[in-house]
Amino acid sequence: MTAQTISAEQVKAAIEAAVPGCRVEILQNGSPSAQHSLVLDHKHATEIARFLRDDVELRLDYCSNVTGVDWLDTEVSEKVKTKKLVDGVETEVEEVKKTTVPGRLEAVYHLFSMEKKHGPVIVLLRTGNRTDDVRVPSLTPVWRSAEFQEREVFDLYGIVFEGHPDLRRILMWDEFADHPMRKDYVPPADDDEPLHAATGERER
Amino acid sequence: MSVEIAEDRMAELTGDPDSGQLLEISMGPHHPSTHGVFRMNVTLEGERVVRLKPVFGYLHRNHEKIAENASYLAAIPYTDRLDYLCSMTNNWGYALAVEKLVGIAVPERAEYIRVIVAELTRLQNHASLIGFLLQDMGASGTPLMYAFREREKILDLFESLTGSRMMCNYMRFGGVRVDTTPEWLEEVQALVSRFPQFLDEFEKLLTENEILMSRTQGVGILPRELAINAGVTGPMLRASGVNYDIRKVDGYGIYDRFTFRVPLGEHGDVYDRYMMRALEMHESLKILEQALREITAGPVIDPKTRLRGLRPKAGEAYGRIESPKGELGFYLISNGTTEPYRYRVRPPSLINLTVLEDMCLGRSVADIVVILGSIDIVLGEVDR
Amino acid sequence: MEQDETEALKAELRKHGILTTTFEELYNWGRKNSVWPLTFGLACCAIEMIATTMARYDLARFGAEVFRASPRQADLIIVSGTVTKKMAPQVVRLYNQMPEPKYVIAMGACAISGGPFRDGYNVLKGIDRYIPVDVHIPGCPPRPEALIDAFMTLQKKISEQQLTGEGRPRHLYAELPSEFKVPDYGEHGLEPTENAEVWNPLKVIQG
Repeated sequence: MTAQTISAEQVKAAIEAAVPGCRVEILQNGSPSAQHSLVLDHKHATEIARFLRDDVELRLDYCSNVTGVDWLDTEVSEKVKTKKLVDGVETEVEEVKKTTVPGRLEAVYHLFSMEKKHGPVIVLLRTGNRTDDVRVPSLTPVWRSAEFQEREVFDLYGIVFEGHPDLRRILMWDEFADHPMRKDYVPPADDDEPLHAATGERER
Repeated sequence: MSVEIAEDRMAELTGDPDSGQLLEISMGPHHPSTHGVFRMNVTLEGERVVRLKPVFGYLHRNHEKIAENASYLAAIPYTDRLDYLCSMTNNWGYALAVEKLVGIAVPERAEYIRVIVAELTRLQNHASLIGFLLQDMGASGTPLMYAFREREKILDLFESLTGSRMMCNYMRFGGVRVDTTPEWLEEVQALVSRFPQFLDEFEKLLTENEILMSRTQGVGILPRELAINAGVTGPMLRASGVNYDIRKVDGYGIYDRFTFRVPLGEHGDVYDRYMMRALEMHESLKILEQALREITAGPVIDPKTRLRGLRPKAGEAYGRIESPKGELGFYLISNGTTEPYRYRVRPPSLINLTVLEDMCLGRSVADIVVILGSIDIVLGEVDR
Repeated sequence: MEQDETEALKAELRKHGILTTTFEELYNWGRKNSVWPLTFGLACCAIEMIATTMARYDLARFGAEVFRASPRQADLIIVSGTVTKKMAPQVVRLYNQMPEPKYVIAMGACAISGGPFRDGYNVLKGIDRYIPVDVHIPGCPPRPEALIDAFMTLQKKISEQQLTGEGRPRHLYAELPSEFKVPDYGEHGLEPTENAEVWNPLKVIQG
C-alpha cells in the first residue's frame, strides 16, 4: 500500500512530451500489485532517465532496485492452412508451423522519489536476443545506485551495459566463463554424486 | 570532505602512478574488521587512501537461483539467512512481496505481532551494530559484551515464540506461523520496560565518550545529494539528513497507526550514524509500547490461505520494507507456476556500500575500519 | 592390567599429596586448555561463534578466549559458515599458514556439506574436500552449546593424542603433509573439485 502512486500512463505521457522521438511502451502487469512497467528504447534511454530524475513533477531521484530477467527462446506452434497441389488437385492442407520466438534479456529498474515520496515507476531495457545482441545503455551515469547492481546483472546474466564506468564481474571471479542466473545454465557436475560402493567411482 | 574535494585531492595525490609512492594493499576477505568475508583493494599514499575498490562474492551462496527452483513457501527459510542478524524483518519483506503478488490480506493480530517482532529485531540489530562499531575502534569487549547481553534476552523471546534463536522462519504470506501466548507478550512488555535502563547505561558509556567522538566526528562524511543518488537507505541515509523511512512513506503493515519520530542527522558523519541507531532504538521502544497496548485478539493467519503449492497468476510485484539496514525489497515475477520465475532481493547492505570509496578517500586506514563499521553490512545480504 | 595398576598407584599417591603424571599427559593437558582459535567468521554461524565468546556462554571457561586474527598465531580454525567456491582457496591458504599442531572444527551444516545451500553453483559441498576436519557440528546454525560441545570434543581428542608410537597424530609424522593444495579458480568451478589426499567420502551402496 504505497502512499502515493503515479500511473504508468501518466509517466509515459510526461516522457513523450519531454523527449521527442522516443518510443515508450507500457507493459501490463497481471498481478494485483498493478505495478506496470515502461519499456524504453535504447537510443533515448539515458535522456529519458535524466528527465525522470530531474523533472520537478516526477523527481524520481532514487533508483532503488536494478535487476535482470532472462526470457528463454520459446517455440510457438500454430496451425496454418495452405493450398497445395495434391495429386494435381489444389486442396487445402493444414500444417503445423513451428516458429522460434527469440528470447531476450531484460534490465529492470525500480524508481522512487525521495523528495515526493512516490513510486515505484518501473522501467525496462530489453536486449535484442540472448547471444550476440546483449548491449543496453547503462543508467549508472544518472543514478550511482545502479553501479554495483548493473555489474551484478552483467556478471549473472551477461547483459553488457554501455557507458558503465567499471563493468567487471562482481560476485563470481574474473576467470569464470558462465552467466549462472540464466535459465539454461547447468552447474558443473563436479562433486554431487555418491560413490559406488563396489567400484568407488562416480556414477556419471 | 565533499566528493569534489576528495576527487581533487585524489588527482593531486595520484599525479604519477609509477612514482613508486603508492602502496596497494588487500584488506580481507579474512580481516577482523570486515564483519565477515568482505574485501577491499586499497591504494595508499603513505597512510592516506587514494583509491578503494570493494571486492564481493566471497559469500555468494546463490540464494536467488535456489529460490527460483523452489516453491514460494520454501524460500522463507532462505530469507532468514540473508541478513542473519535480522531474520524476522527478512521474512516480512518476502511475505509482503508475495502478498502483493497474490493479493492476500493479513489479519490484524498478525500485523501487530509482525510489528512487535520486527521492532525487537531492530533493537538487537542496532545494539549489536554499536557493539561491533566500538569493537572496530578498539574498545575490545565491553560494549559488544553489553550489547550481546541484551541481544540474548531478545533471542530468548524469539526462541520461545518460534523455536529458533536466529533463524526464526516465522512469517508466512497472509500472517504468521503461530500465535503468541499472553505470557510471551508479558515477557516482551517486561523487556521493553527494562530496555531503557540498558540504553541509558550504554549511551552514558559511549555518546559523550571523548575517544568515540574524536574517532567519529567529521569522519566519513556522506553528503545528502550523493546519498540520494547512490540509493543509500536506512539509518545511514537519515544520518545525512534525508527524511525517508519506509515505515512512514509506505506505511506498510500497520505502521501508519503508531506515533513515532524519524531521527535525522545533520553532518552525515560516523558519529551521526551512531546516533541514528541509538535514537532509533528509543523510537522502536515507543512503537513496541503502543503495539503491546493495542494488540487485538483474533486469528494470526487465515486457515484457507494456500501456503503449499501456491500458484500466483502471471505477473510481478515489488515489495519493500524498512529493515534495520535500509530498504529491503523483494521483486517477484510469476509465470503461473508454483515456482517464482524471477526472485530478486534488493540488498540494502550492498547498495549502501556504493559510497564506501567516496567516504574513505583522503582518510587513513584506521578510518576505513570505522567507516565500514558504521555502514552496518551483513555479508549474507551483500553477496546473497 | 598394567595400566590399571599404574592408575591405582597414582590414586594412592594422590591421597598422600603426591601428584604423578607422564610427560605426555602434562603436555596434552597444557595444550588442550589453551587453544587459540582464529578470528575467522564466514556466515551466520560466525554470529553464534561470537555469541559463544560473550558473557552468557563464555568460551573463556575452556581456555579459548584468545581469538587471534593472524593464522600464524592460531591453532584452531573454526570454519563457521558456508564456504563458497570463491572463498575456498582462501580458507585452505589460511589453514596452510597455521603452525602445527592445528585443528579444524567444521561448524554447521554448510561447512560440513553445503547444507541448505548445497544446490548453489558457487557453494562448496563441505570443507573436508580440501582440509582435514577434526570435529563436525551439525545445526543451522548450531547453538552456542553445540559449539562448546564441539570444543570439549576437541579437547578430549587433544588429551588422548600419543606423542610416540604408531598411533601418533598426523603432525608428528615428518613425511605427512601439513599444507594442502590450494584449489584454483577455473572457468566453471574450482580445479580440482576435491583433494583426494584429504577427502574420504562415505561410500553409498546403490542398487
